[in-house]
Amino acid sequence: MAQKLYISTSPHIHCGDTIERNMRWVIWALMPALFASFFVFGRGALIVTATSVASCLFFEWFITRFLLKRKSTLGDLSAVITGILLAFNLPSNMPLYMIVMGALVAIGVGKMAFGGLGNNPFNPALVGRVFLLISFPAKMTSWPVPAGLAASYIDAETGATPLNLIGQIAGGNTAAADQLPGLGELFMGNIGGCIGEVSALALLVGLAVLLLSKTITWHIPVSIISTVAVLTGIMWFVNPVLYVNPLYHLLSGGLLLGAIFMATDYVTSPMTPKGMVWYGIGIGLLTVIIRYFGSYPEGMSFAILIMNAVTPLINNWCKPKRFGEVEK
Amino acid sequence: MNTFKIGGVHPEPCKLTADRKTEILPVPKQAVFPLSQHIGAPAVPCVQKGDQVLVGTRIAEPGGYMSASIHSSVSGKVAKIDTVVDASGQRKPAIFIDVEGDEWEPSIDRSDKLVLQSTKSREEIIECIKNAGIVGMGGACFPTHVKLCPPKDFSIDTLIINAVECEPYLTADHRLLLEQADQIIIGIKVILKVLGVDRAVIGIEENKPDAIALMRSKTSMVSGIEVMPLKMKYPQGSEKQLIEAVTGRQVPPPPALPASVGCVVQNVGTVFAIYEAVMKNKPLIDRIVTVTGKGLSNPCNLKVRMGTPVSDLIEYAGGMPEDTGKLISGGPMMGRPLLDDTAPVCKGTSGVLLLPEAEAARKEERNCIRCAKCVQACPMGLEPYLLATASEQSDWECAEENWIMSCIECGCCQSTCPSRRPLLDWVRLAKNRVGGIIRARNAKN
Amino acid sequence: MLVILTAVLALGVTALVLSLVLYFVKSRFKVEEDPRIGQILELLPSANCGGCGLPGCAAFAEACVKSDTMEGLKCSACRRDVMNRIAAIAGHEIELGVEKVAVVRCNGSCQNRPTLRSYDGAQRCAIAAMMNGGDTGCFYGCLGCGDCVSVCKFGAIKMDPETGLPVVDADKCTSCGNCVKACPRGIIEIRNRNKMDRRIYVSCVNKDKGPVARKACDVACIGCGKCVKACQFDAITLADNVAYIDFNKCRLCRKCVDECPQHSIVALNFPPRPSQVAETVEVDAQPVTEQTPVSE
Repeated sequence: MAQKLYISTSPHIHCGDTIERNMRWVIWALMPALFASFFVFGRGALIVTATSVASCLFFEWFITRFLLKRKSTLGDLSAVITGILLAFNLPSNMPLYMIVMGALVAIGVGKMAFGGLGNNPFNPALVGRVFLLISFPAKMTSWPVPAGLAASYIDAETGATPLNLIGQIAGGNTAAADQLPGLGELFMGNIGGCIGEVSALALLVGLAVLLLSKTITWHIPVSIISTVAVLTGIMWFVNPVLYVNPLYHLLSGGLLLGAIFMATDYVTSPMTPKGMVWYGIGIGLLTVIIRYFGSYPEGMSFAILIMNAVTPLINNWCKPKRFGEVEK
Repeated sequence: MNTFKIGGVHPEPCKLTADRKTEILPVPKQAVFPLSQHIGAPAVPCVQKGDQVLVGTRIAEPGGYMSASIHSSVSGKVAKIDTVVDASGQRKPAIFIDVEGDEWEPSIDRSDKLVLQSTKSREEIIECIKNAGIVGMGGACFPTHVKLCPPKDFSIDTLIINAVECEPYLTADHRLLLEQADQIIIGIKVILKVLGVDRAVIGIEENKPDAIALMRSKTSMVSGIEVMPLKMKYPQGSEKQLIEAVTGRQVPPPPALPASVGCVVQNVGTVFAIYEAVMKNKPLIDRIVTVTGKGLSNPCNLKVRMGTPVSDLIEYAGGMPEDTGKLISGGPMMGRPLLDDTAPVCKGTSGVLLLPEAEAARKEERNCIRCAKCVQACPMGLEPYLLATASEQSDWECAEENWIMSCIECGCCQSTCPSRRPLLDWVRLAKNRVGGIIRARNAKN
Repeated sequence: MLVILTAVLALGVTALVLSLVLYFVKSRFKVEEDPRIGQILELLPSANCGGCGLPGCAAFAEACVKSDTMEGLKCSACRRDVMNRIAAIAGHEIELGVEKVAVVRCNGSCQNRPTLRSYDGAQRCAIAAMMNGGDTGCFYGCLGCGDCVSVCKFGAIKMDPETGLPVVDADKCTSCGNCVKACPRGIIEIRNRNKMDRRIYVSCVNKDKGPVARKACDVACIGCGKCVKACQFDAITLADNVAYIDFNKCRLCRKCVDECPQHSIVALNFPPRPSQVAETVEVDAQPVTEQTPVSE
């Protein structure tokens, strides 16, 4: 025999899945949305995304190397995803220093402070985004209007997003309804907003990639989207003048981005199918409440962070159906 | 097509030897018979050093009700009663026999003639099975005579024949179905008679269309025996999963038996052994073993005498490749690692698998990323990530509350974990500890 | 100015009211506790190791005060003088036994016991022991995953990277017995501490027959019985192919150490004998650890 036999116990084979494989699929699934935003907002989208990814990688490397003194975890690609997702939640005219600060909070406070990938209770990208939202509210709530490839970066022209308008309508300013873009525009992404959230089409392509590669299951996105659709549908049915068509809710703001990429983050979402559905319903409910009754036009990030905090409880309550279990 | 409902995985089948006819391995120079080849009390030797034995001579008697006798598979002289490292990885007492010639006990019918009928009564058949030392040949090695006498308060309505062979690489049962179909059907009839049941279902996975077709044609004229093709999914060969796939019934958690849902499951290998014992008066002295592995030059199915060292099998299959990293007795999902190639073939050895180093070495373990893939894969509806963590922290209460004793150790969780965590290692430890706690509690009450 | 004044006043009044409430509650619902419990607790190590058989140090302190004698109450983590003070606080007289220490009875270092296989499962001795015989030819010896290290509350056991064996720091060891319970192979034993911390013990628990044991490990006890014959005090017994030295009978004469052909009997903390000084130098040439036997 050339070398010593291994004597670990069964199972002796592995399906070959790795953390990197799953992360790589998420990155691939995010690419359509990145392209879409490039065509909508021009080079600003690429500058912000590249800065965010680079600073996330740098902080992860710096913290593992000098503060934790561990082996580098850059290879697992999770910092790349955090970087992309953080950028996708920012307007395309964000100044660079703010992005770097956001990345520091996302990686440092959101992830590494808890012990790195796998131990963080909150989605790191959202921690970064909410930090920026609270620190720089003006910058974070004025979104550039779509201006195509030629759009400038820092001094892009800004304007109201569909969500602002929906809020104004619900507040009684029904005249704002005339300014709402068409559903087709919303679907393709020719609207103002954060980098990653504008094109519903690109995000749905990403969802298909994630589902087909078996990176995620359908439970979380479907339950979030259907909860929002049902709730806003009921309100629209009750008062179509004040409350808009539920499709506007589904296609505008960060709902799809959140439902497909942020809420489905492995580490911070529940472990059982039943738990995932309850988690999705919770996010959908909170999003609608914040959008209509809160002071922020967008409620997705807060809804996800709140449900992240509830995830351990959901794991405790929602046990899978055991084999041979007799219903009591 | 039927299958079980919860979880399951689809490992690469790798059935390298599916169309290799069973060959007969020559008798070894020395045969070694460990005294515990089954679940329950070890057998007690009834021969001494220097005794002459024939093929089929009983060399050890059952050590209790839950035990089985052991027969010599060779003729020769008892060299010593000593210890040997068997597939369990522990050093266990065993009988060593030096082979001289190949003399058989005269009572054994060695002809190829098919014996169709037997005049034996139910009790006589069970006695016959018990005397032949037959145990479950699928790998669990549960004494068959115990399994055929389920407690009286259960009414059995279905006999399920396990021909699923869901483990990758293994083809021993597949070959047996193809080569001994008539004998298996007679064996099934014998078991039906013992159980007093009139329905038997042969469960075969759909990746064996030739076996399904053959068994269908053979059973078309027999009433009460039905062939059921099953959708491929691991671990369908597990008793509980197979019962659910075939009948839709779920066996309640331990200590409930399959009999509590009216089913008895027997492996095809066991059925064939029962045929030989009842009709041919031949004790369990040989079995089909799949010798396989991607590096082997001649992977094959071999009819092997019990007690033959594994090294003989590997030599026959072309010798151990240089890059062998792991030697496994059984399949890659549930088989046991062998410490070296001197271990003898036992009643439960369904295969010998050689994995190359690159495939055998476990990858570096990482943090759990809570992807929930183990929860999705678990066929028992457990949460392996939680059980493993509880075990790591010695939190046996948490493990027990979360149904750890239901675990069937199929390995689905660990084989899907992207972080390569040794989930099943931890779960086994917790199962061991919680089992001890439960036994202590029961003993107190 | 008025705003500041209002704020200070409001907070001050609130603080006053709340402190009054707290004072009232404390005096009204005061729990009378024996002050001796607190005093004893201060002496105890607060490691809650469970070595005394009670659930933690507080329970032990309470038991000391409540019981009439100190019989059966012994904090294994406390030295004799500390136990005396505890008994004095509780108002009892005590007779204390001999001081004890944990001893690792395996000398199967990498040099003495070649690894034949590699175990790459979960790194826990309990798991390795449950699954198979381990990665060497010896099925009784140390598995080297360090279960004993992780259960020691006092940091008294360390794995020696050189030998792959655990080493007990006798100064830190409190003989609480947690490592004994944790070791799946039953290698660690709590033995008497003698004068100058001298110890003689058989550093092997291999129950295999001589040839098998010798093949697996250079320093395995082969059950030859020479030490049994050499011992004048009937301290050594031979069972299951392995010798055992009863520490209550052993007089530390070191006859058995010289007699053992396998060097599996270890003598610790003895000064080198004049006739052997020359050879000890040779021993020193190898990486010497606490476990290295005094060799011939």
